[in-house]
Amino acid sequence: MTMTAPLLDVAGLTLKVGTTGRTVVNDVSFQVFPGEIVGIVGESGSGKTLAARAVMGFVPPAVVLASGTIRFDGQDVMAMSGKDLRAMRGSRVGMVFQEPMTSLNPSTLIGRQLDEGLALHRKLAAPARRALILEMLRRIGLRDPEGALTAYPHQFSGGMRQRIMLASVMLLKPALLLADEPTTALDAVVQRDVMELMVDLTKANNTAVLLISHDLGMVARYCSRIVVMCRGDVIEQGKSEDILARPQHDYTRKLLSAMPHRLPARPLPQANTPIVSLRDLVVEYPGRQGFFRKEAAKRALHGISLDIQPGEVVAVVGGSGSGKTTLGQSIAGLIKPAGGEIRFNGKPIAKSEAAYRDYRLNCQMVFQDPYSSLDPRMTIGQLVGEPLRQVAAMSQAERKTRVTEVLAEVGLADGFAERYPHELSGGQRQRIAIARAVVRRPSFVIADEPVSALDVTVRAQVLELFDELQKKHGFSCLFISHDLCVVEQVADRVIVMQDGRIVEEGPRDAIFDAPQHAYTQKLLAAVPGLESTGDGGVKLFWRLSQAEKALAGAAASAST
Amino acid sequence: MKRPAPNAIVGGTLIGIVLAAAGTGALWTPYDPLKLSFRAKLAAPSSVHWLGTDEFGRDVLSRLMAGATTSVWVSLVTVSFAVVLGTLIGLLSGYMRGWVDRVIMAFNDALLAFPGILLALGLLAVVGANKYGIIVALGIAYTPSVARIVRGAVLSLREREFIAASRVMGNSEAFTMARHILPNCIAPLTVLATSMFGYVLLAESALSFLGLGVPPPAPTWGNMLAGSRPYIGQAVWLGVFPGLAISLTLLGINLLGDAARDKLDPRMRGAR
Repeated sequence: MTMTAPLLDVAGLTLKVGTTGRTVVNDVSFQVFPGEIVGIVGESGSGKTLAARAVMGFVPPAVVLASGTIRFDGQDVMAMSGKDLRAMRGSRVGMVFQEPMTSLNPSTLIGRQLDEGLALHRKLAAPARRALILEMLRRIGLRDPEGALTAYPHQFSGGMRQRIMLASVMLLKPALLLADEPTTALDAVVQRDVMELMVDLTKANNTAVLLISHDLGMVARYCSRIVVMCRGDVIEQGKSEDILARPQHDYTRKLLSAMPHRLPARPLPQANTPIVSLRDLVVEYPGRQGFFRKEAAKRALHGISLDIQPGEVVAVVGGSGSGKTTLGQSIAGLIKPAGGEIRFNGKPIAKSEAAYRDYRLNCQMVFQDPYSSLDPRMTIGQLVGEPLRQVAAMSQAERKTRVTEVLAEVGLADGFAERYPHELSGGQRQRIAIARAVVRRPSFVIADEPVSALDVTVRAQVLELFDELQKKHGFSCLFISHDLCVVEQVADRVIVMQDGRIVEEGPRDAIFDAPQHAYTQKLLAAVPGLESTGDGGVKLFWRLSQAEKALAGAAASAST
Repeated sequence: MKRPAPNAIVGGTLIGIVLAAAGTGALWTPYDPLKLSFRAKLAAPSSVHWLGTDEFGRDVLSRLMAGATTSVWVSLVTVSFAVVLGTLIGLLSGYMRGWVDRVIMAFNDALLAFPGILLALGLLAVVGANKYGIIVALGIAYTPSVARIVRGAVLSLREREFIAASRVMGNSEAFTMARHILPNCIAPLTVLATSMFGYVLLAESALSFLGLGVPPPAPTWGNMLAGSRPYIGQAVWLGVFPGLAISLTLLGINLLGDAARDKLDPRMRGAR
């Protein structure tokens, strides 16, 4: 690197909570040079967001600067007046937040929101600003930029909103962009598109990026340097390749090993009757029914047929809107299918009461959001014991023993039974949700994005637990996820869904190594593959889709 | 053992005093609350009549104590009536949705469109002006707002994943409602019920004021307040003491309601 002065120089930054004196960011130093992309990686509570926000002078009122300096372009940010700070924000430093659903004002037109920053920081006439905005909207790939100016945020998808957010920040051509988990809320393919756009836009303006994320894979892909943070401390920092290949610190190794990786394929017992079998399952959502008109029903699943064998883990992958969650919910009996048949243990569940009973007792579900799937007014013991109410054959004492046993299985044995969900962390809650699903010893479990709300290392632990329980009790599982890395670790068989149809299915290795359908290839291209290099390090590799391979090949031959 | 919250202590003390007064008032009062004594009419508070006497020479303290029984009892029963009925309607409406919801809510909103006191007046004309008439009339008048609140809570709760989880477990709809939905409605309900207690106490006073409440000579805080109006210049205590009784009871109920809500919510217990 040439010896230019750093754009951002954070030295010995220490932040404390004013009231308790607890240190939340401890002696953090890092630099960002012009045009460079630097990643801060860490789990929730690592202080990464606080450290980054301090750069803009945005810290919660309770947090005070204990020591250290933040220099942006040579100026001390902490010593700036309110007026200077405001001039710097937006104009020189832009910020993109995590949640595209809430970071745009829902009641203001897109055109106005984009204009706000320009009008404030650039002395331009209205027509000139409008031209700039239109050009930017075209640049981020909106189909109808003119129309978008007079549209509201809710008219766009999450990915589009994040693009618009990015556009509004990049309009001002800031020297530094702070991106706080900019793509965490998006599915893999959209995530990749947004990241590519961000890299494109920032490169064009020589904008440096400080990317905050818990996703090491993504950070490694786009950042030249990585800062690893844990509990307020910088554990390690350096070039991305070095951090990945030769991590120096145990915590970094732990983060790396928490990234899901493929385990050897396991042999499955061959059974005659599939545990769950779907034939031409159709699900429709009714259209809006007003007094004067009825809208047509929207078809969410177009005739899905699927067999799941006992003991098998089948993963369903696809982007948002692919119908994968609908599929899970209709198998769980939460949505009534409009057509087709669901057989459980060979018997159609809609036909006889006994078959339905067997299905109801033996088919359980783990939900995505551990904060909403547990009744906040029940203790853990009550929550886990509730499904046993339906098992008439068990005595009160047996139920109690079973609850204790299952809580021990999920690693929450001591005294957890008396506690309430709000006293637990997200990972612990998800363990409870899993315990509740397996307490009846079901033969089939549906897991709908069970780990997507969790931190990397917690995710790894929960996956491990799930795997353990699956091996121990041998239930089959329908594992719904948009995260292919996770799927690669857990699945025996993979089903790829797009727009309510199954576009490809096959054994995991076949899908991951030789994807046939273009959509599968696109999904796979969005996530890194992992190769362990021994000594705790990993190497990432990227699976390019056929189209990209052709492009890359053409570029290579053109340059020679 | 954790110390109770200050609002529980203050609220509990106030309500304790009111309940004690009401309890005692039902059995014993310093003077007969109905006995007229023209020699002592409009006497100022003194050692003989602690809170003074009214225009007929009746002892204000005795009447306040006797009135507490009626006022507190009427308000409590009315609020319970409205809460139970409203909760049932709200649960049904929110959980069934579809046309059941539409019909119930259309009717509910029509009732809600009338001012509560006006609706109660109309109903009183039908059921007759006495203690039970007031309870039924005010109870029906306040039911729609409870139903609205409960329905709203149910609608948002039923989208939560733990309701879906309950269905996947194989629980019946009735069990899901009783075990998961109802307990989670308690927080908004306590807040509503405590503020409603105040409204009902005042509405009962207003109805008495209009001559449609508990008929005289039986004392209630409301008709005592109403009766004090012509004498406000000469005997200010006539209005002040029933007014104080009403406001302190309201304060106590509200404080106690807040404390109860926090106590009933496991999330507010011992934050760590």
